[in-house]
Amino acid sequence: MKGRLAFVAAAFVLLALYPLVAGKFGIDLATKIMIYAVFALSLELLVGGTGLVCFGHAAFFGIGAYATVLLSPAGAPASLAWLLPACVGAAALYALAVGALSLRTKGVYFIMVTLAFAQMAYYVVHDTPLGGGTDGIYLDARPALGSLLELDGAHTLYFFTLGALALVFGLLALLVRSRFGRALAGIRVNEQRMRAAGFSTYPYKLAAFTISGALAGLAGFLFAVKDGFVNPELLSWHLSGAVLIMIILGGIGHLRGALIGAFAFVLLQEFFKSEALFGDFARHWHLGLGLTIILSVALLPRGLVGLPQALQARRPRRPVTGSAEDAT
Amino acid sequence: MSEVLLQCRELTRRFAGLLAVDRVSLEVQRGTVHAVIGTNGAGKSTLINLLAGEIAPSAGSVALLGHDVTRWAQPRRARAGLGRSYQRTTIFPSFTVLENCRLAAQARFQHPWRWWQDAARCPASLGAAREAAARAGLAEHLERPAGLLSHGGKRQLEIAMCLATAPQVLLLDEPLAGMGAEETERMLALLAGLKEGHAILLVEHDMDAVFRVADRITVMVNGAVLASGTPEAVRANAEVQAAYLGGH
Amino acid sequence: MDLATFLIQCLNSLQYGLLLFLVASGLTLIFGIMGVINLAHGSFYMIGAYMAYALAPVVGGGFFVTLAVGLVLSVILGYLLEWAFYSYLYEREHLQQVLMTYGLILVFEELRSLIVGDDVHGVKAPEILAGTIPLGELMTYPVYRLFISGVCLALALGMYLVFTRTRLGMAIRAGSTGVAQREMVQSLGIDIKLLYRVVFAAGVAIAVLAGMVAAPVSSVYPGMGQSVLIVCFVVVVIGGIGSIRGALLAALLIGFVDTFGKVLLPQAAGVLVYVLMALILLWKPDGLFKAG
Repeated sequence: MKGRLAFVAAAFVLLALYPLVAGKFGIDLATKIMIYAVFALSLELLVGGTGLVCFGHAAFFGIGAYATVLLSPAGAPASLAWLLPACVGAAALYALAVGALSLRTKGVYFIMVTLAFAQMAYYVVHDTPLGGGTDGIYLDARPALGSLLELDGAHTLYFFTLGALALVFGLLALLVRSRFGRALAGIRVNEQRMRAAGFSTYPYKLAAFTISGALAGLAGFLFAVKDGFVNPELLSWHLSGAVLIMIILGGIGHLRGALIGAFAFVLLQEFFKSEALFGDFARHWHLGLGLTIILSVALLPRGLVGLPQALQARRPRRPVTGSAEDAT
Repeated sequence: MSEVLLQCRELTRRFAGLLAVDRVSLEVQRGTVHAVIGTNGAGKSTLINLLAGEIAPSAGSVALLGHDVTRWAQPRRARAGLGRSYQRTTIFPSFTVLENCRLAAQARFQHPWRWWQDAARCPASLGAAREAAARAGLAEHLERPAGLLSHGGKRQLEIAMCLATAPQVLLLDEPLAGMGAEETERMLALLAGLKEGHAILLVEHDMDAVFRVADRITVMVNGAVLASGTPEAVRANAEVQAAYLGGH
Repeated sequence: MDLATFLIQCLNSLQYGLLLFLVASGLTLIFGIMGVINLAHGSFYMIGAYMAYALAPVVGGGFFVTLAVGLVLSVILGYLLEWAFYSYLYEREHLQQVLMTYGLILVFEELRSLIVGDDVHGVKAPEILAGTIPLGELMTYPVYRLFISGVCLALALGMYLVFTRTRLGMAIRAGSTGVAQREMVQSLGIDIKLLYRVVFAAGVAIAVLAGMVAAPVSSVYPGMGQSVLIVCFVVVVIGGIGSIRGALLAALLIGFVDTFGKVLLPQAAGVLVYVLMALILLWKPDGLFKAG
């Protein structure tokens, strides 16, 4: 437990200190990674925490992002005080609707139904005038909290995002060890037993789905604020797939796995895209990324969180007890 | 005559033309063990699933503690005092024995909105868990991952999780399955101790055990009740002997 | 819509549906029998299309020769892939399979990029199939599209015969669920490893063939593997995992909904297939048919 806590604490401290050494590109990249980390954490609650593999999570991310732009008045900055909750709320609402219907199915069928609902949202913004079509829409002005907090500067935005990430991580860490979180874990491991004991499992799953969607909406909000631009690809199944890849890569069943996965996925992309390292071959960065992913699953079946254990392969391992501690 | 805690009337279930349970009526009283026996395919598992609320009946009714629960889903019946153990071990193998029981006990103290509180410190569920585990003979194994228990230990945990919800009626589906002689003795002692205050419906194949511990026996054949009564009456019943006990 | 246009759209629906069925049948077999979720299945379709483009000048001899060579190559490819890569996936959890086959998609895309490039290409239909047949007084219909439907039907028939009339087919149907069935397969004197390899190679070959045959009408472009993959998953899920019958019915359903949707409701065209899937799954949460 101490090791994990130390790791997470160290990570946040490093992130807080990073702007001291980073240039503009570094700050921009790190902000992007942290937004994806929030996105990944939201999915981890669903997949690792409740055992519900959702393949349409980008819909909630995209709705949060589009709501940010569509609800902001033209020309003037909106107030964070209502815009943020409104965007999170919009995503949560769609998640509630999708969850209510999708949770009637199980397994692979559930995966595909969630995809279907995400595709519906995608086509609404892609093909109708509602979302500005394939060109996307621009955010005129970044929201602010009066004169207290203006998000125009890269540094301010960075720390705002870091704060959001820390808050989301802390919230989920508490949630995972709470009665609600333990019930979700029980549903994941053996839903039948939970029902036999007296838990009505549908409301729990729906609540998890809605919270997860809301947090994805928060990530979408941050994304829209950072980029100042949204387009339909933010709801695409490619993004739904990418965030799923992130948490699998990092390690399912652990909150820090979502953090690690988001960082690893984006950093690997940047690594293989680097012309400084690969020259002209950097165009084919998918190859390096693909091979790395294949190797990492082959060598680290539990994901990157399993790296310390794999390196200490000769020392006897403490058995994983599926407790709330292990989930962090 | 003591209180009837669980009762079913003309309970019937069809699966696409196949009559799995055919107008079964029985009752279980407080402080007694009512055993249901029959060959494979006699409909015992379906009967337990119907009584537990896991599947809905095609016809008939189920009453629990005086209430008509025919339309109630399983979780609701469980909260009303119906506990169940499974023939195939249905535990949380990756959790510790204590956490297994505690999580089951949590069903009575769900409080999902208290998100900041550590569930593992919940005094109500912990207390109920320790008590249930002790009753089932697992007091020394609380910190072991449940998946590492012996087969007998896992069956004990099945019972412990059933007890953790403080049920008044227990549906036990082949609790002795796969047990050796010593483990069987322990389990029978446990069941005898549980009789007081509870109504137990027991589905079992082990005939010696059934005749030792049951106060009433119902014999099922092809989904219907062939005979029902005291162990002596059932043992003496000619039809039962022919259909079931003869070759044993 | 007049009768001729209606007929044309019906024929198009049939052709698209049958093509989808071909690709989806490989996917559902591989998942139903070996329990492997193969995200890279769409890539085989893409490989087929690019082969149709790239092999033609190399092999010479015209369209049908290219088709034959491509088929042989794809069987070899499938065999090697199963031996070197997929056989290790059988024991893995589904999410690990997802991740590994996702990595494979990336590798295939880049290998294609390195070998053939990223350009969009057209492939010409062969001379004898390049004509049209008249439909009614004003309309005509391309012979090549009928050819596609014909090939797909022939393959579907072939699959049916193999499944119902041969020991191999029986083994495939028997091998599809669990250990007991695997033992039965082995008692029939069939090596299960070989069975899996054959099934996988067949799945790959069918997908590649579908891509090759479709190339003249769908053109050859980098994202085509992904596009077909997602629709194929929809087909498999609607039809019921592991069910070939289901895949056929679902593919035809989607073929019609998609084709007529594009004509009647162009704004909603993209989303109709997903609405259909959502409706079907909410009605029948396990798909239309069970495996078999």
